[in-house]
Amino acid sequence: MNEQIFRKYVVRRKSPIAIDKIFTYSLWLVASMILLLVTFLLIRILWNGLPGISLHFLTGLPDEIEAGGGVGPFLFNSIYILLISMILSLPIGIGSGIYLAEYAPKNHLTGFIRTSVESLASVPSIIFGLFGYVLFVDIFQIGLTILGAGIALSLLNLPVITRVTEEAIQAVPTELREASYALGATKSQTIWKVIIPAALSGIITGSALAACRAFGESAVILLAGGTGTSGIMWDFNPMSQGGTLPVHLWYVQSEALVEDAKQIADRSAAVMILCILLINMIIRLPILIRDFRMWKH
Amino acid sequence: MKLEGNIKSSSYLPAQGFKIKARTKNVRNYLFFLFCLLSALMLGVVLFCIVLFIGKTGLLVFKDVSVMEFFFSTTWEPYDGKYGAAIFILGTLSLTALTMCFAVPLSLALAVFIVEVAPDWVKKILRPMLDLLVGIPSIIYGYLGLTLLIPLLRNITGSIMGDGLLAASLVLTVMVLPTITRISDDAITAVPKDLREAAYALGSTRFQSIFRVILPAAKPGILTATVLGMARAIGETMAVVMVIGNTAQIPGDLLTPTAVLTSNIVMQIIDVQFDSTWNYALYMMAFLLLIISSLMILMIRRIRGKGE
Repeated sequence: MNEQIFRKYVVRRKSPIAIDKIFTYSLWLVASMILLLVTFLLIRILWNGLPGISLHFLTGLPDEIEAGGGVGPFLFNSIYILLISMILSLPIGIGSGIYLAEYAPKNHLTGFIRTSVESLASVPSIIFGLFGYVLFVDIFQIGLTILGAGIALSLLNLPVITRVTEEAIQAVPTELREASYALGATKSQTIWKVIIPAALSGIITGSALAACRAFGESAVILLAGGTGTSGIMWDFNPMSQGGTLPVHLWYVQSEALVEDAKQIADRSAAVMILCILLINMIIRLPILIRDFRMWKH
Repeated sequence: MKLEGNIKSSSYLPAQGFKIKARTKNVRNYLFFLFCLLSALMLGVVLFCIVLFIGKTGLLVFKDVSVMEFFFSTTWEPYDGKYGAAIFILGTLSLTALTMCFAVPLSLALAVFIVEVAPDWVKKILRPMLDLLVGIPSIIYGYLGLTLLIPLLRNITGSIMGDGLLAASLVLTVMVLPTITRISDDAITAVPKDLREAAYALGSTRFQSIFRVILPAAKPGILTATVLGMARAIGETMAVVMVIGNTAQIPGDLLTPTAVLTSNIVMQIIDVQFDSTWNYALYMMAFLLLIISSLMILMIRRIRGKGE
């Protein structure tokens, strides 16, 4: 009788621990598999693409028929369009982030603006592309251009920048604000000279992540910028066609006739990954330096 | 009179200067407020314009095609004037459902691992890595799917094409995994320590405390993460275009080429005339995507309202 109770007790005590062990091990297994898969994918892209990257590839003109063409104009367009979109979206995004964090009273207008930001953030990117297409091709009749792509892309950035600015500003301690008001500063002076400097690192990190996303965006560019370029390197004319590197990767692997299409695609992918890694490294640099200092002490 | 002149000309000048300064200060203050307000309103205007243009163009399709045909007919033959979008709607819904089946358990497992199991140095590798993955261009995931996954699927299943819902959902899984994991990670981290300690104090194992205490407490955050992941999966275009096969047919199995709303729009929009029914039908499909994404926002708001 006693033994039976004991056995029951032991069995009931033991099984949760066994389950817990199995659970923990399977979590380790899942996590390490995901990590391995992701590292494998990244390394494979770099492995396939990096050896072929040369200055000629990065700045050379593309060739429709013969092998050995570069991606110069596409890479240039990528950076150009990214710059246009950031120049347009940074002031507006930061301005509306400031409004939401500092000014917005609790009323219907604020509610409406918040809903707009949230909805814009979840609008599929292809919709922004279509919107750009209607706006520039149908209404303004300027066709597929760098300018159109930049503007359409800036709409995609807007909600992201607004949100990160709002979050960064909300994280600034109230004491700083109060100290500034106590010194007789107006609200705008406080925002300019106290709050923005304090929130700057957060705003920069968030905007850089938005830039990362904009750099790799392809659906918007395809519809608002087209797949081609003007065919000249260093063409600053915003009215020429605005094909970027991601779009070129898609074009090359789906429609191009060039025999080294696969190599071009591999290398373009590697260039994009490198750019993303670079942006990420630059963002993380301050944090890494801080960690390193703490580790040293 | 003379006194007044004196005051004006000499002794009160600094004060007047100060007054002007104060006034410009106020003007500047006001202008800055105006700038911020206008920027914020701009976002509303943009959203309004998008809904207006896409919706206005899209609704024109119902001049030539009946509502019933557009939503329920599976015949998409624009050359014969047949615009049934049911294939694409079904495609988008089933692709999203399949993606979520793969992505949600994996992401949750990873999030729980990061918060509850992983030692600090693993956390320090995993979190930045996931942030990095969110930033990788979707076209690269599509390219990897095309060059790695599809040949692999062909080898394993022996099918001829390999494109289809399975390939697309696997690519999407890798894409939404970091999004869902990071937001769930935040939600699980935010569960108060007391709850955990109480669970352990009652003698529960880690497994029990995770499933009976921590996950239920983090439920609103996890649901939000899932919905955001879904929104990303529904709206994803380029990665899906590369692996779905782009054929307007109802797929018999997961390895048959088919099409979804986004892929169909992007493959056809460039080639069609602007003022044709075909074009309007594509815009209507985009409008549908817009409606679905707003529904997701409503869902998130509902979840958040319950959570608070």
